Parts: sequence; structure tokens; C-alpha cells
Amino acid sequence: MRLAEAWRVASDALRANRMRSLLTMLGVIIGVASVVLLVAIGTGTKQKVEQQVEGLGSNLLLVVPGRLDVGAAPAVSPLTLQDVDAVGRVVGDPARVAVTVASGATVRAGTRQDFTTVQGVLETTPTVFARELARGRYLTRSDVDTGRRVAVLGDAVARALFPDRDAVGQQINVAGVRFRVIGVFVQLGQSLGVDRDDEVHIPVTAAQRLYGTQRVDAIAVKAPDRERIDELGARIVAELNGRHPGTEFSAVTQEQILGVLGDILGILTGVLAAIAGISLLVGGVGVSNIMLVSVRERTREIGLRKAVGARPRDIGVQFLLEAVLLTSVGGLTGMALGVGGALLVAAVSPIPAAVTWWSLALAFGVSAAVGIVFGVVPAQRAGRLDPVVALRAE
Amino acid sequence: MTAAIEAVEVSRTYQLDGVSVPALRGVSLTIAAGDYVALIGPSGSGKSTLMHLLGGLDRPTGGRLAIGGREVGALSAPELARLRNETIGFVFQAFHLLPRTSAVDNVALPLVYRGVGARQRRERAAAMLGRVGLGHRLGHRPNQLSGGEQQRVAIARALVTDPTVLLADEPTGNLDSATGAAVLELLERLNAESGVALVMVTHDAEVAVRARRRIAMRDGVVVSDSEAGS
Ligand SMILES: Nc1ncnc2c1ncn2[C@@H]1O[C@H](COP(=O)(O)OP(=O)(O)OP(=O)(O)O)[C@@H](O)[C@H]1O
Ligand SMILES: [Mg+2]
Repeated sequence: MRLAEAWRVASDALRANRMRSLLTMLGVIIGVASVVLLVAIGTGTKQKVEQQVEGLGSNLLLVVPGRLDVGAAPAVSPLTLQDVDAVGRVVGDPARVAVTVASGATVRAGTRQDFTTVQGVLETTPTVFARELARGRYLTRSDVDTGRRVAVLGDAVARALFPDRDAVGQQINVAGVRFRVIGVFVQLGQSLGVDRDDEVHIPVTAAQRLYGTQRVDAIAVKAPDRERIDELGARIVAELNGRHPGTEFSAVTQEQILGVLGDILGILTGVLAAIAGISLLVGGVGVSNIMLVSVRERTREIGLRKAVGARPRDIGVQFLLEAVLLTSVGGLTGMALGVGGALLVAAVSPIPAAVTWWSLALAFGVSAAVGIVFGVVPAQRAGRLDPVVALRAE
Repeated sequence: MTAAIEAVEVSRTYQLDGVSVPALRGVSLTIAAGDYVALIGPSGSGKSTLMHLLGGLDRPTGGRLAIGGREVGALSAPELARLRNETIGFVFQAFHLLPRTSAVDNVALPLVYRGVGARQRRERAAAMLGRVGLGHRLGHRPNQLSGGEQQRVAIARALVTDPTVLLADEPTGNLDSATGAAVLELLERLNAESGVALVMVTHDAEVAVRARRRIAMRDGVVVSDSEAGS
């Protein structure tokens, strides 16, 4: 029997049992759709995080006390503004050095209030982190030097405190101290569930007075050139180690942060795909089961076909093609649903989703393979049936 | 005349839960081309078992069997399938038509396994249905046909490949007597017209006397083999 013929026979058989074929396919459809959708969400999240880390500005070095390891406890910082000046000298350009000393605080304006992160920073922050203002101006050198009580609001804070008027020029109250709003940031959006617009920037000197500390939490450096970024990091760490014997410091680049985040998100995507893969496997068992039922049900048909000249192989191929047809049609449907689902998720929710070709190829390949693997046993059983016994079957 | 099928001391023993059940115990016979044979005998005497062997649907456990001059014992499963396709036509008591499949496609089925193209298959199947008087029922499904019509479709299917032997196991057993008689007449006519050998199992003594040759079986052996009129 020619292959084209066998395809026709197989599709006729599936069409004859439309409802059952559909239900059998459902397992495969759900499996494939969830593989495609979950991988798309994993990939989309990874891409977005990468974009955001890159969006921090290029050639960024983050200097923190302690080791930057997943799961390492954050160390108490011994860094002060003198250290920041020293780092500026190592870099050769103080404008490339930013700091932060951050704390959660309640910010009030009239009857409205908002709990947010208040960051003490230098006037260099927009340069180092490539931040832009929507309105007003950012902090200046003299704001920082005099510890002036001025603030730049994140978009979310500005909306929360001043929903009906421009925040610039208004007074706010941070932990009991009055500040004047001088600028509002451009909206950034969400990242890994964190609202990046939920922050207030004030001069680091004002923040230290507010929190009663001399410390800064971390130093960020925008390296002048990419090639020597690791060397620069090493020199900064050496300088800080000299100033604070007994404390360890780390300088990490964006690539390293991206590497760690990429690994975590890669594992996450893999786990999601594996979970979805299990449902695909369950779908495959369903196919196998239905094929066995189908072989039993059509025993007399098999006997008759053999009586008129079908070889064992012809019968085997017929049933194998049925299984493969079931899973590949299911696979294609699942792919369509997965892609549609991913587009829908990306369109109506903040969860990013990016469909990748490899996940489509993998899902389809696996579903066709599932058809072969789980179709082989029923097909062999059908091919080996004794025609005399088969014709006698009820 | 050349022998279409030749059996020498053929036996067939079934194994049933470790017990040997001898269904055939040394049967020797020759079916000549164009022959018309009635196979009679009490229930359980081994008639169906013999028919399956003669048609290459089953293999003997002892003795020698040649179909169309080829030793069954020397053939692989695919070779035997091909031999069935080319030289044998089966007609069963229960018709065994494929459900949800039109008469013409049922008749064309053996040609599928011979590798005949779709258009030619339909042409030959339609012509064969015409010969059994069902030229106006090509598109009917089995459940849209009467019992007699279904058996005629099955006969057309058995003959579409132009076999040398037609093996019919109680072909009228599921039909009322008038319909059965018509089917019998059709079989006899085809035997006379096309020269296909007809071997037919029957319980009906009146039917048996119409055959050119009668083979009677009992307990797995042939007890008499007589030409008509003798
Ligand atoms: N698959 C089998 N396993 C065991 N014994 C079998 C099998 N098939 C047939 N037999 C036995 O072989 C013997 C012959 O059976 P067969 O079907 O050939 O009889 P038959 O002459 O066709 O009878 P009937 O007129 O009732 O159709 C019977 O005793 C039957 O029980
Ligand atoms: Mg019988």
C-alpha cells in the first residue's frame, strides 16, 4: 500500500470517530499549548529583564560591600562619602560616580500619603543611570553640597501625591521633614514585579541627616571604556580594601548581573517547559490508550484487510499514521493556541511573552514523536493479529 | 487441468491452554481451476479450518499445501499476504464489509493492497458491482444495503482481483432462503462465466447436490469426495 493511501485511510478513520479523536487530541493540544505559552513567558521575561538591566546605562560597575552571590546576606556598608571621593579619583572623573543610601519612608502631601523608597543620591545619577526627567530639573551639585531639602519624584509617587496637579513646586513631607519637589522622572514601568516609578530622590547629604548616618549603601560607576571595565573594577576594589581593611568589596558589571539573572530565568523557563512537557507526556499516554481501544474495536476490520491481502506492515503503518496524525494535528492546534495565548497575555497583561521558534519546533517535534512512541505498541499489536482470530472477533 | 490448490495430508492442531485440539487430521485434496466444490459436514468437523488453510489465511501444522503452485510453508507473511491478494477471494457468512465505507470503496479494497491507483480502482470496482447487479448502489454504505446486497458487495470484492479460487464459507447462512438462492445463483453464474474455482461450505443438502463435486468431512478428515452424478 502506498503511503498516500495509508494517510487517507488513517485520516478517514479519525474522521469517522470525530469526537473521540478530538478528545484524544485535547491532551496533546493542552500539552503543546502550555509548552509554547510558558516558554514564551519565560523567554519574554528574560528579554525584558535584560533590556532593563541594559537600560540602566552602558558600562556600569556596581560596587558593594560583601560578595555578590545569589543568597548571600547583604552586608552592612562601611562606605562613606569620603570613599566616594576616593573612587572618583580612581576613576579620574567624579561625574561618573553615583551613590545611593536608601530607606523606606512615608511621604506626605496634604492629606495624601505614600510609602515609598527614599534614595539619597548625588547629582550624577541621571548621567550614570541614564535617567530622564518628565518635568522640572534634577538635583545639582550645590543641592548636594548644602544638603538642600529638595526632591525628585518617581512617576508613581507624583501621581499618588498629586493626582490632579503638577508636583513640581509643591511641598512634601518625608519622615517629618519638609522637602520641595523640583522634578518628576519619566515613567519606567514594572520590572520583575517591582514598580520602578515608586521612588523619591533627595540629596545624599540630606538623606544621611534624615536617617542619622554617615554611610552610603552602594557606589555605581559608569566606566569610560568597556575593554578596561574589569581592570577598573579591580582598582576600585583595591582602593576600598586599602581604606577598609578586613572588609570585602565586590565590583560587578552588567554582564555579570545579566549572567546571574539569565541563569535564574533560564532555569525557571526550563522548569516551566518541563512541567508543560509532563502534560504532553500524559497526552501521549492518552493517545496510546485510544489507539489500543481502536485496534480492539477494529479487530474484524484488521482481519478482513489481511484476508484481502494487507501485509502486517500495511496494518502497522496504518495505525501508526493514525497515532501520528492525532498528535501532529493536536500539536499544530496546540501551537496555534499557545502562540495566540502568548500574544493575548502580552497584549492584556504586564507579563511579557515572546514566542520562540525553538519552542514551536520542539513542541511539534515532541508531539509527533509522542505519536510514534505511543503509537508503536498498538500498531505492532494490530500488525501481528492472526487474521483468522481477528475475523472471528465480536 | 492444473491444480489451483493442492493439499497433501494437511493437518491443523490448535493449542488451547496447553491442550492440543486437532481440527484437521490429514486432509488431501486438489482444487482444479474452474472447479465447483461443495464442502459439507457436521458442525465442528473442520470445514472453516480447511477453508482458512486453502486460502492462505492460516498455515497447516503438518502436511504439504500449495496455493497457485507455491508452497505455503516456504512463504513469509508478506509473501503469503500477496498470494492471498492475487489468487484467492474470500466470501464470509458475516459479509465483513467495512462500515462507513461505500460499496464501491469496499469492493476496491483488495486493489489498494495491490497498488492500483485510485481512479482505476474505482473503475474496476464499479464494473464488478455492475456484474453482481449492484451498478445502481455504488455509493451506498453497508447499513444502507439489504443483507443480500451486502453479500453481493462482498462477492464483488472477492472477485475484483480476478482470483483463481473463490472460497465461500456458508455465504447464504445469514440470508433468508429466497435471497440465499439468488446469491447462490450469482456465485454459480460467476463460476461458469469467469472460470473462477468455487469452493463453498454449506449445510444445505439441496445446495450441495448442485455442485459438480462434493467433499464431506467428519472429525477433521475427508470422508467422501465425489463428482456429481457418481
Ligand atoms: N482457535 C481455535 N482454538 C481452538 N480450537 C479451535 C479453534 N478454531 C476451531 N477450533 C476447533 O476446531 C474444530 C473445527 O472447527 P471449524 O470451525 O473448522 O468447524 P466447522 O466445520 O467450520 O464448524 P461449523 O459448521 O459449526 O462452522 C472445532 O472442534 C473447533 O472447536
Ligand atoms: Mg465453520
